[in-house]
Amino acid sequence: MLSNTEKELIVQIWDKMIPVAEDIGSEALLRMFTTFPKTKTYFSHLDISPRSEHLRCHGKKIVQALAEGARNISTLTTTLAPLSRFHAYQLRIHPTNFKLLNHCILVTLACYMGENFTPVAHAAIDKYLSAFSAVLAEKFR
Amino acid sequence: MVEWSDSERKTIASVWGKIKVDKIGPQTLARVLIVYPWTQRYFGSFGNLSSASAVLANLKVANHGKTVLNALDKAVKNLDGIKATYSELSQLHCNTLNVDPDNFRLLADCLTIVVATSFRSEFNPAVQATWQKFLSVVVAALSSRYH
Repeated sequence: MLSNTEKELIVQIWDKMIPVAEDIGSEALLRMFTTFPKTKTYFSHLDISPRSEHLRCHGKKIVQALAEGARNISTLTTTLAPLSRFHAYQLRIHPTNFKLLNHCILVTLACYMGENFTPVAHAAIDKYLSAFSAVLAEKFR
Repeated sequence: MVEWSDSERKTIASVWGKIKVDKIGPQTLARVLIVYPWTQRYFGSFGNLSSASAVLANLKVANHGKTVLNALDKAVKNLDGIKATYSELSQLHCNTLNVDPDNFRLLADCLTIVVATSFRSEFNPAVQATWQKFLSVVVAALSSRYH
């Protein structure tokens, strides 16, 4: 359950990431591929070398989806329905990988925001990312 | 048996050398308690943990955070014998403290995130990968004597 303060904090943080969506998203993906190499299996059809067009483009989409979802968390299931269908029926991603990306998103935000990524912000974003991945994995169950 | 390349050994020693235990230790344990509130079950004797600010101001949390992080020094100095290094500590957590070992992973993840807030861009993807490989070996060692 997210409090109103947490919801506001989540919107604020993701809104600040929109102008740097490509950088933040591609960095999180690159961190995931480097730290958890098995995650690369889902991207064998793309060029995922550092700074590649595919990496930047996919990274941007992730951050934009996170920012959009944050604006109305109570309707996350509806907002993310197309993405959920895509991940479940076409991409068929093993849902454990969402946790790995979530962790790398947290590390990227921590590097980018430094001390402004406070324990309270960390907790709020962690909760939001779990809610987000639960929706993406929902069609499997 | 884990194998470490020379560059991994260097990276681990360099990250550890720059970690200020007195600052990072308390912040790490505080984040575990704030982000994963169920971990508070193990710290019933620590007093007020009722809010993020209470956890951050709690001296027992701060002191225990330093103790925990100081224990990592042993692993850094015994990279080739991490499992044996933590054998007793693992038994203590299993038999006496009854700590669910998945919490070691949560602690490791919080440590990585606190290190990232402090090192910023220096904590690049390659450094993160090596650092987390190291922490995953420590977590496995701490979980190794559960039966």
